[in-house]
Amino acid sequence: MITLELFLNAVVAGLMLGGFYAAVALGLSITFGQLDIVNIAHPTFVILGSFVAYILNQNFGIDPVLIGVVFMPVFYLIGTTLYRVYYVSFERTGQESLSGLAFFFGLMFIIEVVLILTFGVDYRLVNAAYIGKTLHIGFLDMPFRMLVPAIAATIMTGAVVLYMTKTFMGKAIMAVSQDRLALQLMGADPIKVKRIALGIAIATASLAGALLIIIQPVEPSVGRLYIGRIFAIVVLGGMGSISGTFVAAILIGVVESFIATFYGPSWAPAVGFGILLLTLAIRPQGIFGRA
Amino acid sequence: MADRVLNVTDLTKRFGGFVALDSVNLHLDKGERLGLIGPNGSGKTTMINCISGSLFNDEGTVEFEGRDITSLPAHKRAHMGIARSFQIPKPFKSMTVLENLCIPLEFAAWDRADHRHISEQAMEILETIKFAERAHENSGSLTQVDMRKLELARALAAKPTLLVSDEAMAGLSSSEVDEILEILLVLNEQGVAVIMIEHIMRAVMRYSERIVVLDAGKKIADGSPDEVMHNPEVERAYLGE
Amino acid sequence: MKIDKFWLSVLVILIAGFAFTKLADNEFYFFTTYVVLQGLIMAVAWNILGGFTGYVNFGSAGFFAVGVYTTVALNKAFGLPLPVLLLAAGVICGLLGLAAGYLTLRLKGVYFAIATLATALVLETIVNNWKFVGGAAGTYVLQPKGSFIFDNYIELLFMLMLVLAVAATAISRYLSSSRIGQGLAAIRDDEVAAECMGVPTLRLKLISTTAMGALMGIAGAPFPFFVTFVDPVSAFALVIAVNAIAMPMIGGTAVWYGPVIGALLLGAIQETATVTISSELNLLIVGVMLVLFITLAPKGIVGLIQDYKKKKGANNG
Ligand SMILES: Nc1ncnc2c1ncn2[C@@H]1O[C@H](COP(=O)(O)OP(=O)(O)OP(=O)(O)O)[C@@H](O)[C@H]1O
Ligand SMILES: [Mg+2]
Repeated sequence: MITLELFLNAVVAGLMLGGFYAAVALGLSITFGQLDIVNIAHPTFVILGSFVAYILNQNFGIDPVLIGVVFMPVFYLIGTTLYRVYYVSFERTGQESLSGLAFFFGLMFIIEVVLILTFGVDYRLVNAAYIGKTLHIGFLDMPFRMLVPAIAATIMTGAVVLYMTKTFMGKAIMAVSQDRLALQLMGADPIKVKRIALGIAIATASLAGALLIIIQPVEPSVGRLYIGRIFAIVVLGGMGSISGTFVAAILIGVVESFIATFYGPSWAPAVGFGILLLTLAIRPQGIFGRA
Repeated sequence: MADRVLNVTDLTKRFGGFVALDSVNLHLDKGERLGLIGPNGSGKTTMINCISGSLFNDEGTVEFEGRDITSLPAHKRAHMGIARSFQIPKPFKSMTVLENLCIPLEFAAWDRADHRHISEQAMEILETIKFAERAHENSGSLTQVDMRKLELARALAAKPTLLVSDEAMAGLSSSEVDEILEILLVLNEQGVAVIMIEHIMRAVMRYSERIVVLDAGKKIADGSPDEVMHNPEVERAYLGE
Repeated sequence: MKIDKFWLSVLVILIAGFAFTKLADNEFYFFTTYVVLQGLIMAVAWNILGGFTGYVNFGSAGFFAVGVYTTVALNKAFGLPLPVLLLAAGVICGLLGLAAGYLTLRLKGVYFAIATLATALVLETIVNNWKFVGGAAGTYVLQPKGSFIFDNYIELLFMLMLVLAVAATAISRYLSSSRIGQGLAAIRDDEVAAECMGVPTLRLKLISTTAMGALMGIAGAPFPFFVTFVDPVSAFALVIAVNAIAMPMIGGTAVWYGPVIGALLLGAIQETATVTISSELNLLIVGVMLVLFITLAPKGIVGLIQDYKKKKGANNG
């Protein structure tokens, strides 16, 4: 029996979930959408972020969101280093598309296995005062473990949008794959631009990972479920449009929330992949993409 | 009418809202040499794509040797005898120059060619265009100019009845241009119809019996080189560029 | 001349394999070689599409698992004999491959690769929710009684896998050395140019994806009887997909024997590492080797040998 109450709660839960998804998809939106780098290992970096949050939270009781933010520079460095390797091995030789893809596939596997070797396959979680509490507004229930990540994710997305539209480097990143000429006119070095962009993309994984482990317990292979989901979001959002990514993330969050509420949570993972397949088959340039 | 090789009627091609070709008519007789010219972005390559089947046109028909081929895939058109070169060279990078030529010999020309001695045939073609010394080089590491020669050689290897060459001579020296023109003339004497797209006016004027001018997706002139050269609309199209 | 050599080796391998079942009595050997052979079939199959045709399939585990669950479902429902199960898995996964082939019409390069990954994960979700075959909890599968002319069932499975591996290699070799292989190579290098040179690209891609799918399904079909307990985690294991890519990449993707070399080498390393160190660490080895080869030796071992020969030839001449 679908009551209005159940329905609205599913919507709100979906909005919060989608907000969080935006944080996970943001990095891929930059790499895949702007740089043409198909980093399928991105979710694994998110999981890495979760484990960083887990270690510091369990040992020192630091708030996970704070850990996520503080570790962004470290992840940024990982990203820029990764770009150096990627550039030397693939981009420079013009081998990027398929070999590059297999490279990230291997990388994903390595990170996952290292995490398994270190932490085992048990689910890990973090503690914070607000986790477990719920905000009630009328009949709407908003658990803080969902609300906090959604808000943090929205702020991070907003910050990245601001950076991309207002700063010189941000504009260069937006131009780097679509508009070589504009980039030249700006006098920016594409390799440096891409390096910084990949740095930023991986940096977002730090916070996204911390948010993930607030929402749910995490084990090393959880990341895989996010591959289809975030590619669905990025493709649906029209490749590299960050606001498009955000809207698409919300959309997928809401749809998943409905499926979980009305059909059972075990079907929810298929939503992202299903939508991705449909989008790819019908309109590869995405729903909000340019024609 | 019997020796009409190609007949394109009211061909229209759009990219989204942009009309790249606007009901263009074009015909070609057996063994004719046609020059297709026009400013950059006027739709020449798009025209070739629609004729060879790399793109499907939105409206109009394409007939080849009296048969409607409008909805045939490119490989079937290649089997029938339409061969093309690409303006931006598309070599089979993992193969040598010789192996590149084996592909059309083994596919496009399969029904018309000797199935044995494929490499020997490929070698002969390379010799005719004075490219044999490159036969065993990796096609991916050729210079841009050599890649264009390979494009032409590969199209020849398809043993076509209609050859469309999309700027095969860009970047060549003037003696090399003369060489290629010579090859195309010999080919033409064997009964092959040729459509030549070229920015090198000297070459087009010398080679073509008839010239068609495209401008912004429309055909603005169709006639002998002389007529076309003195057509005021053509002058405007080129000067207004 | 070359044909004779190949088929002669095939004959020797099959006879040696059969003799092995009669001589060796430690079941461990058969378990180990079964796993290596399974990897070999997957690698050879992956390479037909990935190496020859240039379409990367990340969803190999999906095809494999569909083969696995075809056996589980049909065995449970009708108790069919193994040859029929193999055939059924081959047909169903072949059809799945055919569908993937039509997907290539719209999805090129990266998008195709992601779509295969997504498909595998959708299939996993479906199996997780399919109660008849045990859902997420998994199910036990009984080995059929009787083991033909072999001492026990594992020997039979080993011999079956050996025959299948040889057959898969022969198919891949045929595809690569025939006109089809020429066409596939042209598609891999430039699909538009291939089509204009008369290569029937769609038909060849469909042949390629169907062969790949069918072989992967057949590789998965005996798996339930091999492990006797099947759950989605083991059937869709990421390591299956990674191995299917890593083995050809390490061996060399351009020729039919590349994945064979890669599979034997990587398979042997993995099995040794599993016994002597730990099974997780062997996964790490696969990942690291894959990444190292992609970055440092993109043409694999075959490419390294060719380069070495060329250099030697240049020095001598
Ligand atoms: N695939 C495509 N999608 C969108 N627009 C296209 C596509 N291909 C061509 N165009 C547009 O169609 C127009 C005609 O292009 P075309 O390549 O046919 O010109 P051309 O006459 O060959 O020019 P050039 O002399 O530079 O080779 C151009 O404006 C081009 O931007
Ligand atoms: Mg052009």
